[in-house]
Amino acid sequence: MGSATSELPARRTPLADAAETGLKIVVVGGFGVGKTTMVRSVSEIRPLNTEEVMTQAGVGIDETTGVQEKTTTTVAFDFGRISLTERMVLYLFGAPGQERFWFLWDRLFSGTLGAVVLVDTRRMDDSWYAIDRLEHHGTPFVVAVNRFDGGGRHSLDEIRQALALPEHVPMIDCDARVRSSVKHVLITLVDHLYDMALAQERTP
Amino acid sequence: MIRKPVDTGAPDRLYTVTGGRSHADDTFDLVTLVVSECEPAAGTQSEHVRILEICRHPTALVEISAELRLPITVVRILLGDLHATGRITVRHPRAAGSVAALPDTALLQEVLHGLRNL
Repeated sequence: MGSATSELPARRTPLADAAETGLKIVVVGGFGVGKTTMVRSVSEIRPLNTEEVMTQAGVGIDETTGVQEKTTTTVAFDFGRISLTERMVLYLFGAPGQERFWFLWDRLFSGTLGAVVLVDTRRMDDSWYAIDRLEHHGTPFVVAVNRFDGGGRHSLDEIRQALALPEHVPMIDCDARVRSSVKHVLITLVDHLYDMALAQERTP
Repeated sequence: MIRKPVDTGAPDRLYTVTGGRSHADDTFDLVTLVVSECEPAAGTQSEHVRILEICRHPTALVEISAELRLPITVVRILLGDLHATGRITVRHPRAAGSVAALPDTALLQEVLHGLRNL
């Protein structure tokens, strides 16, 4: 359940010629939680993989060479695609939860519709940081608990408490391997966004 | 101090591909859809040729990046070249904008409809 294959498909299926609007949803979570599996379950293409590289000038000068130190950050991520209509295509990104990834969030995922935080109850610590960062960036999200192994007997309420998750954030059980389950997670997220947008439009 | 014109991790190859430039055009979103407006002319740089071939049908920046196995930043630079010379047109995402801004309800309704029909 690690990274997706980066081998190119024999033939990439092109989008409809009328396609004009690209949308983004990001799935975040710790290593091995099932992000790639989730993307694969609903994607119309075999998940692809790419990376972004960013170089930052380091602090201070290396005394021995006089060359300013630089830090290179590389973040790899998988993605899949869902054609919603002839004109509208949704890209689903599976992104790691580590610190260096959040460094590139604004650059890569500004304008994203929202995020799914995929949680493994055996490693909930991994989710903490992701939730904190999403709140910091003001990105709406839902929390999906991956019960792929039937695992974890914790109820959603217990998990909500453990994650100190506010009441207004939707939580659901899912099985990242099952297409209908993942579809339900995405609908829950967009429903949540719709409610938020409606409330905003009604507020003068 | 010598300042290298590009420093993106794997310098040699990326330096060659971008002609030494490291500043990318950030107006190209990951999901900006790119469409070729011409066939590659003889003598065109190979990465530009590949992009023009891939984008005969609308193709998102991120798919171009995966296909060419080049980082997003490098693809943004290459797309900037092609766009400046009118060899591609681009369809930017409607929903992109400030990080915290919500899209309008009409758009979200269309998304919901599409997801329910999957």
